[in-house]
Parts: sequence; structure tokens; C-alpha cells
Amino acid sequence: MNIHEYQGKEILKQYGVKVPEGRVAFTVEEAVAAAKELGTSVVVVKAQIHAGGRGKAGGVKVAKNLDEVRTYAEQLLGKVLVTHQTGPEGKEVKRLLIEQGCDIKKEYYVGLVVDRSTGRVVMMASEEGGTEIEEVAARTPEKIFKEVIDPVTGLNPFQAQRLAYAINIPNELVKKAAQFMMSLYKAFVDKDCSIAEINPLVVTGDGEVMALDAKLNFDSNALFRHPEIVALRDLDEEDEKEIEASKYDLSYIALDGNIGCMVNGAGLAMATMDIIKFYGGEPANFLDVGGGATEEKVTEAFKIILKDPKVKGIFVNIFGGIMKCDVIANGVIAAAKQVKLDRPLVVRLEGTNVELGKKILNESGLNIVAAESMADGAQKIVSLVK
Amino acid sequence: MSILVNKNTKVITQGITGKAGLFHTRQAIEYGTNIVGGTSPGKGGTEVDGIPVFNTVAEAVAKTGANASVIYVAAPFAADAIMEAVDAELDLVICITEGIPVLDMVKVKRYMEGKKTRLIGPNCPGVITPGECKIGIMPGYIHTPGKVGIVSRSGTLTYEAVHQTTSRGIGQSTAVGIGGDPVKGMEFIDVLKLFNEDPDTEAVIMIGEIGGTAEEEAAEWIAANMKKPVVGFIGGQTAPPGKRMGHAGAIISGGKGTAAEKIKKMEECGIRVAKTPAVIGETLVEVLKEKGLLEKVITSPVK
Repeated sequence: MNIHEYQGKEILKQYGVKVPEGRVAFTVEEAVAAAKELGTSVVVVKAQIHAGGRGKAGGVKVAKNLDEVRTYAEQLLGKVLVTHQTGPEGKEVKRLLIEQGCDIKKEYYVGLVVDRSTGRVVMMASEEGGTEIEEVAARTPEKIFKEVIDPVTGLNPFQAQRLAYAINIPNELVKKAAQFMMSLYKAFVDKDCSIAEINPLVVTGDGEVMALDAKLNFDSNALFRHPEIVALRDLDEEDEKEIEASKYDLSYIALDGNIGCMVNGAGLAMATMDIIKFYGGEPANFLDVGGGATEEKVTEAFKIILKDPKVKGIFVNIFGGIMKCDVIANGVIAAAKQVKLDRPLVVRLEGTNVELGKKILNESGLNIVAAESMADGAQKIVSLVK
Repeated sequence: MSILVNKNTKVITQGITGKAGLFHTRQAIEYGTNIVGGTSPGKGGTEVDGIPVFNTVAEAVAKTGANASVIYVAAPFAADAIMEAVDAELDLVICITEGIPVLDMVKVKRYMEGKKTRLIGPNCPGVITPGECKIGIMPGYIHTPGKVGIVSRSGTLTYEAVHQTTSRGIGQSTAVGIGGDPVKGMEFIDVLKLFNEDPDTEAVIMIGEIGGTAEEEAAEWIAANMKKPVVGFIGGQTAPPGKRMGHAGAIISGGKGTAAEKIKKMEECGIRVAKTPAVIGETLVEVLKEKGLLEKVITSPVK
């Protein structure tokens, strides 16, 4: 789960990670009032959307007086920002972060991730702040330093200091930087983050070590123990169909194509998208109905797929193990009746009770194309939507 | 022969009184798995279908002599259940539970250091040695005893591969679902090592997906060490970056972990990669023919 920069900074502040003073604003008036309250000569007006690359897209402005704050807030609120992470359709700005400007001496990068090969949390740091870490990794990998963290001790002071020295933090600020890193790690673990990125971390003219930006992602498997994080969810940032799917515990991701897919199992769902593409079609979504789907779940899945006006046909691909083919067949029929199915439907069933499932579909009187195999089904749906 | 589990494996179910635990325990018994007990804190001393239930794993092991466990405990408590099984010194722990917080698994991995227990999963279908022992949620009837090993990050794709081999008269030595989480027990290489040493496994199917670099590492290991042919498949060639595709571990992040990179590396390392999920079985047959192994591997009449 993602949250906004201002929310991330509020969390970090609770852990003693230094961040600039700031206020969130939903309107132009709130933005001006916030700037007045902050009282510094320079404030930064930052668009709050769940995507990186906001600066380059014109979503971050430096205002030297209240009039400029007003002008920038008017420009940004309601504007659709297109960054390399939003896709071409962009994202509308509905919230601003109004923040005290600070005297930046130098920018750095600090990040935390869960590393698969070691099975540990790893802190990465670099002197190349402000640039994306992937770019640094590709161009100058020798400038990225890593510390693997033992979950028993947490990030040790010597490790944090070693990182601070490695990225050339000024000597007199190394202890402050190490403290910053240790607080960041504490927040990461306490809040069950999956990613925490501070880019840039800055040292300022008055000798502070600060997070100028904050990107926190949370492990959705751990949200059950963090109601305070769930409360920060911004539904405006999510796809409507994905929100609907999550209500029924369906794993759904919207894509750009025109063939709706309904599959059981994440691996098979991905592979189904692949085989559609292989035969020249484009999948409209990823949808895993899960191992224990009920008739109701299948019906809801169908409704969600059909809500997408881009969908010109549907491919149901089921390998029934625990999930029996007759249950799927009944779900498909119930859904098709409820939503008045008006687009081609190809169904491939295999596995437990497959004959019964096929019989139910054949006797339904609905216009369902039965597929003999996965490849056959993919070819059929691709030709039907052309 | 086989790897990890066989007819001598004595299994306990952790969470045996829960809905999933009970359902799959019954299915396993029906298949012929030697289930010797179960645990459910607070219900020790009772029985389910004549199977003794214990409060703790330690007690279950002491009373039944179990050497393996399967976990169906709910996600918030599953990491603790794994550690309990490790503490009881079981040889093998298979965790089916999906949705365990990743930082819980980081702790589990740390806890397991220096211990003898092997962990499969979490978020996996389990392990089956056809005709001998089924531990997990896979449909037993699609399997056939034989000589091809299968290792996979995905449940339903494992079933696809099993089905495609069985229907060509090719049975499986053991099928292992290692699970879709980013931090887990056995990785591809750990399972491949066992298949490599197993005298009755003649070839291996390895099914991966987007996210991480485990397939690339396995491919390099195969090129350097594997004595048997390996056929592969990678799911998620059309997956968009930055989106978690159902499995917690199936995500392309920072431009890393794409299917294209994995397929390229696997092919460079001599692994034949199936172009679509529908031709995994066909690709295996092709390779077996070239190596002159097909006759040896066909173990049952073609269905």
C-alpha cells in the first residue's frame, strides 16, 4: 500500500527522523494559510500524488512570497500530472504539501528494502542524491553502499556510521546521519514497510540532516496489525475496479487491452495474459479468483470485468484443483444472467469435475464457446474480439 | 525414489481443526499420506477422524514420531507456527498459509539459521511424491508416479505442468511448489540440488515468474552443476512494472525481475524455455527426445 509524501513524513517525525516543517492543503486558501503559519521567507509547494518524478513533471514549485504560493497552488490543484510512473493518463493533483524551504548543502540517497536473496532488510545509501537509485545502479554501481541488517540487533550504530562515511557525509554530521538512519530503520520495522526511500536526504547550511522527500510503501500482508496505516489510504489514487475487487478478496489489476481474463491462481493468471498476447491479443486485466472461490465470488469477478468498457470479450481459464469446475460453471452462468452478457465468452475448464462443468455450460443455453485447451481458448478469444 | 517426502514420511497437521486444515488433511489421508497427528492449541487430548490432536508440536512429535509438518494456521500466527515446528526439530515443514507479513518471514529465516529443518513455502501448494505422499492442497489425481521432477513458484501452473506431463504418459518423481512469497524457505537451487542427486529423477521442469532473481541464480547453478536436462517456463511476460501480480513476490521493481531477463539468462544457460504455458509438456518431450531419454521417462500409458 502507498501513502502520500506528507503522510510518510508525519510517520517519520514520530520516530525522530528530521523533516522540514510542513502542512497539507486541499484548497488554495488552505495553502496560503499554511504558508503564513510556517512563516519562512521561502516555502515549497509540492503536488501530492502516489507517483515519483513529480519534480521533473512540474509538480514541485519554490515560492518566495504568499502571492507566489497562491499562484502555484492555483496552478497545481486540479492539474493532471504526467510523470514516468503515472502512465500517459497522468494523475490529478488534489492535495498539496506546503513546506518550509531549507538551505541545501548537498543531497544524498538512503533507502531500505527487503532483500530476497539474503532474506534480510538491507539499507542502501549513495552520494548521488536526487537521482533515481535505479539510474545510479546502472551508471555508477560503485557509488551505492549496502548494509545487511540482522533482525535480532537491528541496524547497528557502526553499520550506520560506516554508511555515512562511505557516502561522504561531512565528518561533524556523521553521528547525526547515523542516528537518522537508525530511526528510519526503526520506523520501517515498526510499521511493516516494504520500501522506505529518502531521496534526497539533505545536509543543510545550519548543520541538519533531513528527509526532503519520503516514499513509504507498506506490506499489504501486514496491514491487519496497522489500522493507523489503513486509515491513510487514499482511494482517489487507486483504480475503481481494483478497489471493488479488493472488497471481495479478488486479486485484480487493470491493464490496457480488450480481453478480460478470469483465472484461478496468480501464476496461471499471469500465464493466461501471456498466452493471449502470444496469439496477438491484449489482456484487459489480471484477475485471480483464488483457490477457494465461491459462486458469489465468481459472479462479482465477472461484474468487475464487464464494468470495463474496453473489454470486448472474456476468457475464463480454470484449472480446477480445490476449486471445482462445476462451481466455476455455475458462477459463470449466474453472472452471465445477472449482467446480461453481451460480449463473447470463451471458457476453458480442466481438472476436478471437468465433465460436469462442461455439461452445465453446454446446457445453460448461453452463448459460451468451449475451448479444448488453454492454447485453443486463447486463439478463439483473440479471433472473436477482432 | 523421490525427494523430500515418501511413503515413510510421518506428517502432522498444524491447525488441524481449522476448516482448511481439516479439509486437506482428509484429502491427504485419502491419497495415502501417513498423517499421524495434528495440533490445535487448547484442543489437545481430543481426536479428529481418529487422528490425535495435541496442544503443541513438541508433544505431537514426542508421541507420534512425526518427521514432517504441514501448516494451515492463519497468517498472523503462521510465522510462530513455523518456528514452533523448527524448534521441535522436524526434518521438513511445509507452510501453505498465504499472506504472512514479510518481516515475520525475515525473523523466521534468522531463527532457522543453524537448525536442521527444511522449510517449503509459505504461500505454496505443497509437495507431492505421486503414489506415496501428498502434503498440501494440490489435486492428487492428476499426478502419476514417474521420473520427472517439478519445481515451481506457482500452484496452478504446477498443476498445468503435471497435467501436461501425465497426459503424455510421463510421471513425476516429486512436484515441489516453493511458493510465491519474496522471503521463503527452499529456493529453486535447493530443490534442484536434490533432484540432481535423486537417481530416479531423469529431467526437471522449473516454473518461475516475474520478481527477484532466483531464476537467474538457478540458471547459473544449472549450467555449472546440473547433470539432467531442465525445461523452464516464466510467467508474467506481459505484467506491468510496479504492480504486485497476486503473489507478494511477483513484482517488477526498479526495472528488475522481468520475464524477458529471466528467459534470456535461462536460455543462455542451456535451459529450453516453453514459449507459452500450454506447451510446457511438449517442450519437455522435445528435449527428452533429443537426449534419447523419452523411452526411459514414459512410465504409464498415454491418457
